[in-house]
Amino acid sequence: MSKKHKTPLLDELKKGKWPSFVNEIERAAEKSEMTDDLLGQVEQSYEEKVVHWKHGGMVGVKGYGSGIVGRFSDLPEKYPGIKEFHTVRINQPSGFFYTSDVLRSIVDIGEKHASSLFNFHGSTGDVQLLGAKTAELETIFQEYTKLGFDLGGSGSALRTPSCCVGKARCEFANYDAMHACNSITQAFQDEMHRPIFNYKFKFKFSACGNDCTASIARADLSVIGTWKDSIRIDQEAVKDYAKKFDLHKYVTDKCPTKCMSYNAEEGLKIDDSNCSKCMHCINTMPKALRPGTKGGATILIGSKAPMVSGPRLSMVLVPFYDIEEDAKNDYEWFKDLISKIWEFWDEYGVNRERIGELIQRVGIGNFIESIGLEPLPEMVASPRGNPFVLYEEYVEAGGEQG
Amino acid sequence: MAEVSGVKRITDIGPHDYNDFLHPVIKKNYGKWKYHEILSPSHMVHVSEDGDKIYTVRVGSPRLVSSSFIKDLCDLADKYSGGYLRFTTRNNVEFLLDKEENIKPLLDDVGKLNLPAGGIGNVVANIVHTQGWVHCHTAASDASGVVKSLMDELYEYYVNAQLPTKVRIAFACCLNMCGAVHCSDIAVLGIHRRPPRLIPDRIVNLCEIPSTIASCPTNVIRPDTYNGKPSVKLIEEGCVFCGNCFTVCPGMPIADPLNDGVSIWVGGKVSNARSKPAFSKLAVPFLENDPPRWPKVVEAVKTILDAYKKGAHNGERVGEWIERIGWPKFFKVTGFEFTKYHIDDFRLGEATLNYSAQIRQ
Repeated sequence: MSKKHKTPLLDELKKGKWPSFVNEIERAAEKSEMTDDLLGQVEQSYEEKVVHWKHGGMVGVKGYGSGIVGRFSDLPEKYPGIKEFHTVRINQPSGFFYTSDVLRSIVDIGEKHASSLFNFHGSTGDVQLLGAKTAELETIFQEYTKLGFDLGGSGSALRTPSCCVGKARCEFANYDAMHACNSITQAFQDEMHRPIFNYKFKFKFSACGNDCTASIARADLSVIGTWKDSIRIDQEAVKDYAKKFDLHKYVTDKCPTKCMSYNAEEGLKIDDSNCSKCMHCINTMPKALRPGTKGGATILIGSKAPMVSGPRLSMVLVPFYDIEEDAKNDYEWFKDLISKIWEFWDEYGVNRERIGELIQRVGIGNFIESIGLEPLPEMVASPRGNPFVLYEEYVEAGGEQG
Repeated sequence: MAEVSGVKRITDIGPHDYNDFLHPVIKKNYGKWKYHEILSPSHMVHVSEDGDKIYTVRVGSPRLVSSSFIKDLCDLADKYSGGYLRFTTRNNVEFLLDKEENIKPLLDDVGKLNLPAGGIGNVVANIVHTQGWVHCHTAASDASGVVKSLMDELYEYYVNAQLPTKVRIAFACCLNMCGAVHCSDIAVLGIHRRPPRLIPDRIVNLCEIPSTIASCPTNVIRPDTYNGKPSVKLIEEGCVFCGNCFTVCPGMPIADPLNDGVSIWVGGKVSNARSKPAFSKLAVPFLENDPPRWPKVVEAVKTILDAYKKGAHNGERVGEWIERIGWPKFFKVTGFEFTKYHIDDFRLGEATLNYSAQIRQ
């Protein structure tokens, strides 16, 4: 119960079986008095059907331009506890793994210096402490760095990279997504903490095509696991599945490239040269099938939410990247590719233009040429269907080139 | 700004090394997992090449949580999983157990805390969502309240696997879409429907005019002057209510209680399994904000889920089901009205028209 405010509308949301965020705000308010005013303001939003946070406001910690998102109430006199109620983004460990000890320390800092209210986790991946006063930010920052945690990204910077659980607890993992995510985040600390980009830039690492981080929908650079060799088959286990369900109906008929067949005598046969690594058969029969052993990744570029020119999915940039080999060299090849992409974006992009929008504006052909990649049929669903081609050369009479 | 004196300032250390937080069984079998088996919607086992096993017990969270909530989880982890736990991208908590006999007592204790155990397999997964009125200035709707109302209604679908395959629902409280709601089986998206109000004094003093003009996807924010200073004007007929100008310029507030609400989208996915990743498509253009429980939104999502459950083949995602039966039938079985708003007239919209005589008559 709020001590100061009546909240009949929010109280309705304490009912029902799913855990209630209203209960959580109340529990946070028991630890941090300031949070009680959040209940009052959100209740008012529920009454008036309108938001009561002010637009923006720059706040941060010394030497960093990102990691803190300013949040100010537009009713500071009525709700003084949340007059300043900033977000502190704390870079999560790869794979969201924790021990109880470190989690307690993380939330203790929020109890001691802020609202006691958190997101585990924000959409991009950070732990978010919601509700810190400006005067406490530096102390909070220092407490977290003492614990071995740094801030994440915000604004026109590299946003906190994130990854799936990968090899830590998944047999589908084609590369070490947690290692790659951690290494790349460490390599680009400056780009994350000090915004110098046109707009945000996101990396997400998923170790197979199931894409548990949704990288293809929301990462400027999506690194999705794949493999070069054959799907590993345990024919005995396949037979066990065949006893449980119709293998044709649920596995082979659903294969998008029709590269597999099954009969009881010969078992499951796969033409791996025609397999598009979609994961369906492996998902359906995880005890019988595993990706091949020559794992790597497909690199895709350009996905984003609608602002400004509409939503985009990532498109193929590098069909097969031997990331496990590159990992031995501290991801040098990948970092070089990133540098070339960022240089192009810096040179030709405009303010608040995501890389996918820039590529669309200048043409994919020009983009890949500039960063030194060859055009490949894997990049397209089909070649163009219209004849409006920007041929770059023509021949003059007498053999001269125009 | 407060300074802590006498303390060496640590910066740029990056994320904490995950190796410090891995369960010993996970550390030993890193990269050596052989297969997994879903034992129930609340738990699964991963088995390694050496025969080692790690059990995962998954529990739903409301995403917005107190420090006390986290400490409850820590106590459970200490008692049953050696203190090891993790989170999923969809805001679930996962306890990592090396003892099978600990699963039942852990689930009992989870029940005592009134937390839902589930979310694995053919379920409605935990709804990913944004901040809403709780903590965002551009929100066209609340997020947590709509999601709480939906999950109360869909609770059985989270704790029991009873759908043709997994259904991923996402909520975003404005078109900025913090989270990938545009590629979800069912997406609920907060929208504005009235052009922004122009407050010239604020525009002149607080906004960078070129970036305000550039923020508009339909180019209807044009240069103007106000008291001799650079400002902007708006051609209201071309506004698509995205709110991006307000994100850039505080002098163009767009929130409006009478006209804000949500839209509902269906059939997207991010997985590459079978069909390619796909955007969610518009199902319901507008439902008004109706706090505290948004009954019409809950009803619309239930309508989609019921029709999907009834019509889809086993293993078909929502989008694959609709592709098979066709969009006209989707609108027929759900009873949603098809309007001119459903026909895409933005960039790439032409690609969504039917250039064939293939029609299910």
